[in-house]
Amino acid sequence: MITIENLRKSYGKLQVLKDLNVSFGPGKVVSVIGPNGAGKTTMGKCILGMVLPDGGDIKLDGQSVLGKHAYRSQIGYMPQIGRYPENMKIRQVIEMIRDIRKDAKEVDEELIGLYNLKSMYEKRMGALSGGTKQKVSAALAFMFNPRILILDEPTAGLDPIAAEILKSKILKEKKRGKLILITSHIMSEIEEVADEVMCLMDGQLKFHETIAGIKAQANEERLGRAIAKIMEED
Amino acid sequence: MNKIIKYVFYDIIRNKIVLAYTLFLLLLSFGLFNLGGSPDKGILSLLNLVLLTVPLISIVFATTHFYNSYEFMELLVAQPINRKKIFMSEYLGVACSLSGAFILGVGVPMLIFGASITGLYLLLTGVFITFIFVALAFLASVITRDKAKGIGIALLLWFYFALIYDGIVLFILYAFADYPLESATLAMTALNPVDLGRIIVLLNLDVSALMGYTGALYKSILGSLWGIGLAFGLMLVWAVVPLASSGRIFSKRDL
Amino acid sequence: MKDPTKQIFILAYVLALMLGSQVAFGTTLKVCPTCPYTSVKEAVASAKPGETVLVEGGVYQEHGIEINKPLTLLGRNNPVIDGNFKGQILTITSDNVTVEGLTLQNIATSYRQDDAAIRVVQRSNVRILNNTILHTYFGIYLQNSDNCVIKGNVVAGQDVTGKNESALGNAIHLWYCDKAVISNNKVSGHRDGIYLEFVKDSEVKDNLSEHNLRYGLHFMFSDRNTYTHNTFRKNGAGVAVMYTRDIRMEYNTFEDNWGAAAYGLLLKDISNSVIHNNTFRRNTTGIYMESSSRLDLQRNDFDRNGWAVRLLSSCTDDVFKFNNFTGNSFDVSTNGDSQLNRFENNYWDKYTGYDLDKDRVGDVPYRPVSLYSMLVERVPPSVMFMRSFMVDLLDSIEKVLPSFIPENLVDEQPLMKKIEHDNDRKLAQVLR
Repeated sequence: MITIENLRKSYGKLQVLKDLNVSFGPGKVVSVIGPNGAGKTTMGKCILGMVLPDGGDIKLDGQSVLGKHAYRSQIGYMPQIGRYPENMKIRQVIEMIRDIRKDAKEVDEELIGLYNLKSMYEKRMGALSGGTKQKVSAALAFMFNPRILILDEPTAGLDPIAAEILKSKILKEKKRGKLILITSHIMSEIEEVADEVMCLMDGQLKFHETIAGIKAQANEERLGRAIAKIMEED
Repeated sequence: MNKIIKYVFYDIIRNKIVLAYTLFLLLLSFGLFNLGGSPDKGILSLLNLVLLTVPLISIVFATTHFYNSYEFMELLVAQPINRKKIFMSEYLGVACSLSGAFILGVGVPMLIFGASITGLYLLLTGVFITFIFVALAFLASVITRDKAKGIGIALLLWFYFALIYDGIVLFILYAFADYPLESATLAMTALNPVDLGRIIVLLNLDVSALMGYTGALYKSILGSLWGIGLAFGLMLVWAVVPLASSGRIFSKRDL
Repeated sequence: MKDPTKQIFILAYVLALMLGSQVAFGTTLKVCPTCPYTSVKEAVASAKPGETVLVEGGVYQEHGIEINKPLTLLGRNNPVIDGNFKGQILTITSDNVTVEGLTLQNIATSYRQDDAAIRVVQRSNVRILNNTILHTYFGIYLQNSDNCVIKGNVVAGQDVTGKNESALGNAIHLWYCDKAVISNNKVSGHRDGIYLEFVKDSEVKDNLSEHNLRYGLHFMFSDRNTYTHNTFRKNGAGVAVMYTRDIRMEYNTFEDNWGAAAYGLLLKDISNSVIHNNTFRRNTTGIYMESSSRLDLQRNDFDRNGWAVRLLSSCTDDVFKFNNFTGNSFDVSTNGDSQLNRFENNYWDKYTGYDLDKDRVGDVPYRPVSLYSMLVERVPPSVMFMRSFMVDLLDSIEKVLPSFIPENLVDEQPLMKKIEHDNDRKLAQVLR
């Protein structure tokens, strides 16, 4: 579904992605892990076109996405820290996005309902807590039933109940054949939802393996330990 | 794109600065037209203020607006929308609402106190200056991510065009007083949109008689419709060039 | 009118008057289409010295009329002598001639000779009164003629916009004429309204000169003349005074002489003269002074001019006192720093000083020359930066820390309040 070929990106002198090659298929939840600054967010933003790569290519169904924008209708994005125009109300943000995406056939308001966002519709974005903002971000990411979801640290800041709701939503969407990329540090969470783990280190792919495969390779029952073991090996 | 402009408008109207700007211009214009006696005199006094405040307010407002709209733009960039469109929408949204405030704030008193072709030129000049300085503001904003730095650059640009430039040119004229400088002056004023606007309006007021030979030269060029067209064309270039370059930088930068 | 005897009395009085006038014109030659004389030229030729030629209403197609003996040529009921562009109409070659009440019109522009409606050649005591002169090259032309009176005439030319100076003559032109009186005339549409060259001890007053291409009043080498109560409006320049001394210019109005090279009053090489109680309103330059010395300028109003006074550094010992400067773009400008002129007790609306001791005189001096006006004088193209904020800023700084503007060009005792000249002006009008 998504193929990343020789992706390179540097911020000034700092090289964040060095010839990254990886591909993801449909119906999978892929957890992107790696130490801070490994390039996880950058990779996500490259796929979305928010960050422009220095070299390499990103293909969606065999088509390069570089310099294009229409493909983004197939991607739902939930940023690590949602930043919204401070003086807009929740309702206005949601209505605006829906207005812009009028051509979308299906509108999925499940998360709006589950998070009870409508009761807070008249609150200004600037007045919201980080967690509530994350709820809005999540609702927006899933809203237009995209084929691909890129969720950057989705549960950080969410209360346990909200996190559970999100996890079940992720699993539900996976079943509908979607590709979901999640960056996360929480191993239990990864174990709960992910099928595969992709590990980035210093801008390069360390490994990309199914969870079962990782456990087998490291001979460890607990995912966290298994991953730590594999990373120490090299 | 229209939709995005609509939301930019919403955002601008919600914060009261543009409203305050309109009121400020209204009060000022009414005051000056009342004080001035003749509409021409009112226009003359207005001209000074327009050439000082319109660039300043345009550039500062547009710069702060750009930085404050970062979130908004980030939100939109993840949507299937061309970045250039987002940028242009922001530009048009800001420039049009400021121009609207200007037209309302200066144009209405002008209509009441006596509209003239000179008044029209003053209005046109103000609108062009607004578009130019919003473009310059956006250029300053895309050059640096740091809001304080961006506003600093914007203020410097204003300072340069509204003040320093004239000082430099006057100094050059003084230093080379022994040479014929008419054409050089013409060229140098064309390199500053504020001067260009000021001269277009001045030449249409009867103070142009004070401008002697140089004024006559200017008038021979700018006196015709063709010349006025050329001058406004030049101002258009002044808006398009910074806009295009800042648009290019914006579409190539990481958010 | 209730008293019938009074009515009769008035009637009798009028009759007596008419009879009296008949007596006065005892030897009168009448000209009219049905009279013995049907042409002015014939009548003038037949008249004896001292007689009167009375021209009745009608149009006479004539030119080249020469008056070579003392006569009175009098028009009644608006007679018109139409020169038909064939040449000069009236030439006076005798002393003591009076021409009154005629309309003279249509004289072609000639580049070989200065054709005029009325020309006086080397004679004195000629009186030209209440005539109307239309569409002529020169209007009234006096050469080497003394003690002449030109009064109450209207000399109107054509619309001068876009005309060439050489295609136009002067409305009233005097050359080597002393002790002339030119008053109550209205002149317009010529090169110069009133032109005086080598004219001495003469008086020019109560004239209106407007819409002339070059100067409203132009005089050169004409000493000891007096100009009062004239109005010069919308001319290329109001008045030009050159190479002259001992002039009195009082109670004149110079207004709307507005244009790229227009002046209210242009002074060049003039000395020992008095310029009092004049009004300079809306001129590009109120007074332009070059190489002029020992002039006394008092109680004048300078209002809404571009430059009120352009005082070139070649001027010396001029005094400006009790003048009002209001609404001028530049009050005084100069091109150099040697300033030997004096400014005293003027009112300047741009003065921002204070008067703590309440003696109506500002406590700090006023410098009427701005830095920018100096710059414009030195580098004319810099005028394009008029009304630039930078210019205002420079001027303000210079005002606080003067370093470029001439040290001596200063009014040490500027007045706090505008001087009301109007009162004595009104009085003067009544007295007149």
